[in-house]
Amino acid sequence: MAKRIDHLGLRSAMADRLLPMLVGAMSFLAILAIAGVMAAAALAAQWRGDTGAALTVQVPDASQPAASGIGNRLNAVLAVLGATPGVTGPKALSAAELDTLLKPWLGEDAESLALPVPAVITATWSGAGSITSLRAALDEAAPGTLAETGSRWASRVAALTSSLQDSAAAILVIVALVASAVVAIATHAGLAQRRDTIAIIHGLGALDSDIAARFALRATLLAGFGAIIGAALAVPVLLWLATLAAPFAGVLPQSGAPSLPPLLWAVLPAIPLAAALIGWLTTQFTVRGWLRGLA
Amino acid sequence: MVRFDDVWLKYRRAGEATLAGSPDVVRGVTFEIPDGGFRWIIGASGAGKTSVLKLIYLAEHPSRGHIDILGTRVGKLSRRDLALLRRRIGVVYQDFRLLPHLSAYDNVALPMRLARKPEAQIKADVTELLQWVGLSQKHQSRPDELSGGEQQRVAIARAVVGRPKLLVADEPTGNLDDDQAERLMLLITALNRLGTTVVVATHNLGLVARYPAPHLEIAGGKLVSDG
Repeated sequence: MAKRIDHLGLRSAMADRLLPMLVGAMSFLAILAIAGVMAAAALAAQWRGDTGAALTVQVPDASQPAASGIGNRLNAVLAVLGATPGVTGPKALSAAELDTLLKPWLGEDAESLALPVPAVITATWSGAGSITSLRAALDEAAPGTLAETGSRWASRVAALTSSLQDSAAAILVIVALVASAVVAIATHAGLAQRRDTIAIIHGLGALDSDIAARFALRATLLAGFGAIIGAALAVPVLLWLATLAAPFAGVLPQSGAPSLPPLLWAVLPAIPLAAALIGWLTTQFTVRGWLRGLA
Repeated sequence: MVRFDDVWLKYRRAGEATLAGSPDVVRGVTFEIPDGGFRWIIGASGAGKTSVLKLIYLAEHPSRGHIDILGTRVGKLSRRDLALLRRRIGVVYQDFRLLPHLSAYDNVALPMRLARKPEAQIKADVTELLQWVGLSQKHQSRPDELSGGEQQRVAIARAVVGRPKLLVADEPTGNLDDDQAERLMLLITALNRLGTTVVVATHNLGLVARYPAPHLEIAGGKLVSDG
């Protein structure tokens, strides 16, 4: 149609406030879900790196003589660790550091309880070599010594991240379905309000594609507009969340100003496009289905 | 040419999924109208005249039988081809069926815009037609600003603006006074003389007498007289 005249009167028939508002809310939630996935993935990567590389060794009766009879058990274990490839920076925690670690569990009375607390050595484990061989060597030097890497925690963090990503994907699907339902309801309302007009235009020889295109254009504009508003409102919230998450991610910007990952900036304009596409597809499907009820 | 071959029609009852159990409103109607012909469809109210017209202007599909409109068997047409065939049919409804939110000009221009005609051609044709029906001064008026007779003239201008091969009118004078009815019939007969096939349904036998032409008489959904 050469001239853009609102033949169907859709400017008044399709809700120009409710539809953008609801689609905007859906877009807002979708962006938060996507940002959540990205943040979880980034934090998980960081935590995997930290905890996966950590090696913790507990040496009971640390001051007792070593199995070799030379020096005490703590020094014997430190010597084994120092000589093991892949282990770097072994350091025995001081009594004060141990007290600090135990305080959350034992309270202020930790020192007075006189519990047989083992010495604790922390080190970095590159993953090269076998932890089983290391444990055997440590046990030989000081029987009863325990060595733990962070790999178990790292796998738990990976599982948690994966669950968060799956949940976010489910949220995105639900948000898309709800947005589609909102558009379908608005379209049905518009069809009901313009039933007589559509029947007249249909009788004059309008193609189903013509009528569906008019509804789809209207729905696409409203959904896209709503999503732009939703995305714009999400930005300050994301920046605020980024500020809160920065200490956990180890990213404290020098300027103090929060920032978002470049990938998230790239996703933001994609949300209105996705909303517009959902609006267009849903309306086309809804209107064409409705028109099949006409001769 | 318009041809009905043993055509039956049932309307689906509200809330029912099938036509089973619905009464036949058109029953075994057979007739033929040649190209350029004029036919009155007469009969009492409720006889089935409007149902026959709806079948002619493709607003309904027959439940049985075959219909040819302008030489095309409609039963096998796709929805797109049905729409394109509708563009060759002009319809004047008893209740006008103008779009209330559009001006008289835009109402008349609607069929041409649906057919994607150039705007320059639309302007020329619509302006000429509005002048022909005496509404050039009211081209920007909306239907609710026009009298019943003026609305009817807009409706007929819309029906003929696409130069239809077939013009169908359902009780076109029902809402008009005698002068307006006379003027409308002059327009319709002028179109017929220009080669348009015309079918007019009415229960006004006085009107039929003033414009003598072959007629199809419908009673109880059946064709009881053809000639």
